Amino acid sequence: MALLEVDRVGKQFGGLAALDDVSLSVRQGEIYGLIGPNGAGKTTLFNCMTGLYSVSAGAVRLEGRAVHNRPPHEVVRHGFARTFQNIRLFANMSALENVMVGRHVCSRASVLGAVLRGARTRAEEAAIRQRAQELLHFVGLERKGRALAGHLAYGEQRRLEIARALATEPKLLALDEPVAGMNPSERRQMAEFFLKLRDSGVTLLLIEHDVKLVMGVCDRVAVLDYGKKIAEGAPDAVQRDPAVIAAYLGGEV
Amino acid sequence: MLDFLRARPRLALILVAVLLAALPFLVGAGLGKSWVRVLDFALLYVMLALGLNIVVGYAGLLDLGYVAFYALGAYLYAWLASPHFGLHLPFWAVLPVGALLAGVFGVLLGAPTLRLRGDYLAIVTLGFGEIIRIFMNNLDAPINLTNGPQGMNLIDPIAFGGFALSKTHKFFGFAVSNAHLYYYLFLAFVLVVMFVALRLQDSRIGRAWAAIREDEVAASAMGINTRNVKLLAFAMGATFGGLAGGLFAAFQGFISPESFGLMESIMILCMIVLGGMGHIPGVILGAVLLTVLPEALRYVGDWQRAMLGHVAVDPADLRMLLFGCALILMMLFRPEGLWPSRQRKRELHAADEVAEHESASVYDVRG
Repeated sequence: MALLEVDRVGKQFGGLAALDDVSLSVRQGEIYGLIGPNGAGKTTLFNCMTGLYSVSAGAVRLEGRAVHNRPPHEVVRHGFARTFQNIRLFANMSALENVMVGRHVCSRASVLGAVLRGARTRAEEAAIRQRAQELLHFVGLERKGRALAGHLAYGEQRRLEIARALATEPKLLALDEPVAGMNPSERRQMAEFFLKLRDSGVTLLLIEHDVKLVMGVCDRVAVLDYGKKIAEGAPDAVQRDPAVIAAYLGGEV
Repeated sequence: MLDFLRARPRLALILVAVLLAALPFLVGAGLGKSWVRVLDFALLYVMLALGLNIVVGYAGLLDLGYVAFYALGAYLYAWLASPHFGLHLPFWAVLPVGALLAGVFGVLLGAPTLRLRGDYLAIVTLGFGEIIRIFMNNLDAPINLTNGPQGMNLIDPIAFGGFALSKTHKFFGFAVSNAHLYYYLFLAFVLVVMFVALRLQDSRIGRAWAAIREDEVAASAMGINTRNVKLLAFAMGATFGGLAGGLFAAFQGFISPESFGLMESIMILCMIVLGGMGHIPGVILGAVLLTVLPEALRYVGDWQRAMLGHVAVDPADLRMLLFGCALILMMLFRPEGLWPSRQRKRELHAADEVAEHESASVYDVRG
């Protein structure tokens, strides 16, 4: 069974069909790329999958459980975390605190527990801190833990956002244009990082404009254009697909 | 001196404790008994400001109707412990009920406003504050619940068995007045509220509040149930407000809708903004300053009478004038408040640091 199943999802904004009958399935342990020209509906699909938008038609299933039209915090709880295209960190909190917020779903101290701060709460708090530090280390930000997230360099903010998403212990991590605005050497580093992430057991779903990067790291790729899926398959096959070439370069007139 | 104490936290703690214990006697001897009452009010406002700070400072929800919860706590105390209904329940039963009722109303107010933010939330909460006050003003008919604008009086004082705090008591030949006794009671409550607020801030719930304040969408994408966490902030803040209201009713022995106007909400908000939003020592400083300074301004009227023979500027007007000026100056020069947390100072002055670097590099080029 596929880890994530998008089943004939449609999304209408008024009269505009942003997504039309889109189906795809992501398998456990792969890096799945989602590409397409600007305005093709990639981010809309992300938002439909992670609960930010409701879907107008179809279903999204994670390990067979329907997660569409559920609030975002429930989707995360089922093991589906995401990052945002325009970085959305908690800018005025430290890097470490950002990641600690991500541990929210994995902890349960109540108001009473927080006020009394018994042995269990203290242990939980220590575990949150430790795991957050591990994740900062994992993304190479172990020395920036005390810096305010808003003060980090752009590439560092991208990595911090990934660390924060990883803190929710996701099975599937969706990254929305994670290398946008990076220079070629930073992109290479990120590509290696994605492979390392996959090897650590997280399945990746990647929206990306950088076709070279997608072709380099993705196991499978789907192409969206005007809200429709026009191709799906291995990167080199998709690259040769006439419909894809037409979508990117313009078709015959 | 400060460094000396910072290196010896235990000594500093003992010094603060001794100072706080001796304060009403020092103030009473130096400035007169009426100033001990001012201290009592300062402590009540500290409690209110700490409560509102949870909603505004921690969770970033601008609440302009906070005084409604104060009013609910006060009226509930009056209903359950005054001749009005002939009920005279002890304070330890009434105060928690009042706090709980206020907390429930906090959720009731919070629920319909969950989708609102910033200005819109402020307007709705402002309306809620006014609704409660107007209810209290008009609920003297058909059934007389609140005695209308005349207010309710003869409210029972706080009493431990036969030991009522409203009377002057003798300890070892020392006469200790009611204002002094309430001071210690309020101080104890302030310490409890402070403790709860500090613990909550530094917990997963405090982090969830901060996350919502920073970016609600990202917070929900991190698995935070924004609805529940916001309602929790409203409920916690309202609970402290209700508690302070009950104490206020018992202390004054009289309450009327007049005490719970919009200005009161704005004052409490100002205490937070002036002191340092989200930072407990700052909030306490703001509350104490804004309670004590207006009282000190009363002397300005006496001076005018002594020097000019009449009062040229009404101290109450002067108060509002100075107040407005102080707020404008604060926003211009110290938007983080008088005593902000280190973090907040950094975030509001990050631009200055950058500017400094830039101007430094300009000089480098010239040099």
